[in-house]
Amino acid sequence: MTKAGRMAWQAALVIACAAPLAWLIVRAAGGELAEPVEDITHLTGEWALRLLLASLAVTPLRRIFGWRGLAPFRRTLGLLAFGYALLHFATYLALDLGFDFAALAEDVGERLYITAGFAAFLLLLPLAITSTRGWQRRLGRRWLKLHRVVYAAGALAVLHFIWLVKADLRDPLLYAALLAVLLGVRAHHAWRSRRARAGA
Amino acid sequence: MPSLRSAQIPGIPEREVTDERLFLRRREFLRAASAASLMAAGGIAFGETAEAALTDELPGVLPAPPQFRTDEEQTPWSKATSYNNFYEFGTGKDDPAARAHTLRPRPWSVAVDGEVARPGVVPIEDLLRPHALEERIYRLRCVEAWSMVIPWVGIPLGALLARFEPTSKARYVAFETLVDREQMPGQRRRVLDWPYREGLRMDEAMHPLAILAVGMYGRVLPNQNGAPLRLVVPWKYGFKSIKSIVRIHLQEKQPRTTWNDEAPREYGFYANVNPEVDHPRWSQARERRIGGASGFSALFEQKIATLPFNGYAEQVAGLYAGLDLRRNF
Repeated sequence: MTKAGRMAWQAALVIACAAPLAWLIVRAAGGELAEPVEDITHLTGEWALRLLLASLAVTPLRRIFGWRGLAPFRRTLGLLAFGYALLHFATYLALDLGFDFAALAEDVGERLYITAGFAAFLLLLPLAITSTRGWQRRLGRRWLKLHRVVYAAGALAVLHFIWLVKADLRDPLLYAALLAVLLGVRAHHAWRSRRARAGA
Repeated sequence: MPSLRSAQIPGIPEREVTDERLFLRRREFLRAASAASLMAAGGIAFGETAEAALTDELPGVLPAPPQFRTDEEQTPWSKATSYNNFYEFGTGKDDPAARAHTLRPRPWSVAVDGEVARPGVVPIEDLLRPHALEERIYRLRCVEAWSMVIPWVGIPLGALLARFEPTSKARYVAFETLVDREQMPGQRRRVLDWPYREGLRMDEAMHPLAILAVGMYGRVLPNQNGAPLRLVVPWKYGFKSIKSIVRIHLQEKQPRTTWNDEAPREYGFYANVNPEVDHPRWSQARERRIGGASGFSALFEQKIATLPFNGYAEQVAGLYAGLDLRRNF
């Protein structure tokens, strides 16, 4: 793929991923929504999780199907996931809690699903910061190790979702299953390459 | 707990106290029409279609006396009918409005049985006939920490129960929602253990604040809000106010209730609104009032403080004297 072509695809990806939020904001502005803060919270949270899983799907898809062209999108997807996670947290802090930091501390300390979500967000923060080529170079092999933290962030994000629903577990369990598959593929790959090395 | 006999059953409020608002709106219906006569009139009430329900105005509703009304800003009809928890039609807040058209609120019968001298399966017209429809403007506080202000139209639950002559063993009232997978497609999945069940202690049921609603905003109750007959108990979390009721069973033992069965740590039998007892997963100290703010301003509306018993403490706190409200949440 040419550089210009890749740029165009990247731009299209960003626009496509931002579209659901833009549409929700248009509807909120039109006064269509009874509880827009809740809608924005749910949408940003769900898209953060979707994009996180999408970023985790890039490497397995590349390995299994040889889709090498996907590789450059991993960072974009990861950063979009972080962007939605940031908006999710900001919506909660600003619009839901009204910057009441005592309430934030209480929520994080006492409510397990918020503890999990908050931890997932904190784990994503250093990954977003070190996502640049410069940091990749500087950290070398340690960069890969650091970025394995994303598995923990994904697991915490899924737990956050499972623990917050009232009765209908379908959606969170679907995400849990997807995450399990993606991590399973990785575990399988790691096990095979270790065996290959041991055999050699 | 006061016995049934000593519980006060409210009479019909004074008819000559005519609300100017009502006068201007509907001169021709100044007299109090009974629920039955309104249904006979034109046969439009409890309409056949959802569209009809939207325009079905209930005539002759007695205006709410001061103790049964709040002057707070009312939630707009559009929001009260589009943001609902009614899992029989799906677990999303917009599912009921989109899917409840499959419910057929007429013909409809309600079984009233158990510890009563005169049990029976009663068509809704007969159930309502002796009662005058009254307006009640109540706060509705959902356990999920949002709230609305809704002008209901209904009849006092206590007056209705009294007609069936509860026996001395009647200590609780159990309610059940319709089970019908065709009319209620959300029941095809076992999200909850259908039928939806709720219950009240007898003295709670006899309290004048507790009503059975058949309408809101002066109109017939839309399907998504629990047509044709729902409970409204304004001092308790919204899930107690069971919708689309088909059975009212008086009994000696405390009945099973759906959310309490589902998650006993999170939802109690009493479920009185209490800002001091948090839900295990979120605070109950504040609530988001769904009001008329629209557009971006709605995003920056501050939450408001939740009041004990949803602001009805003066009227109902006495029912719970000596009861540990932390344990009996």
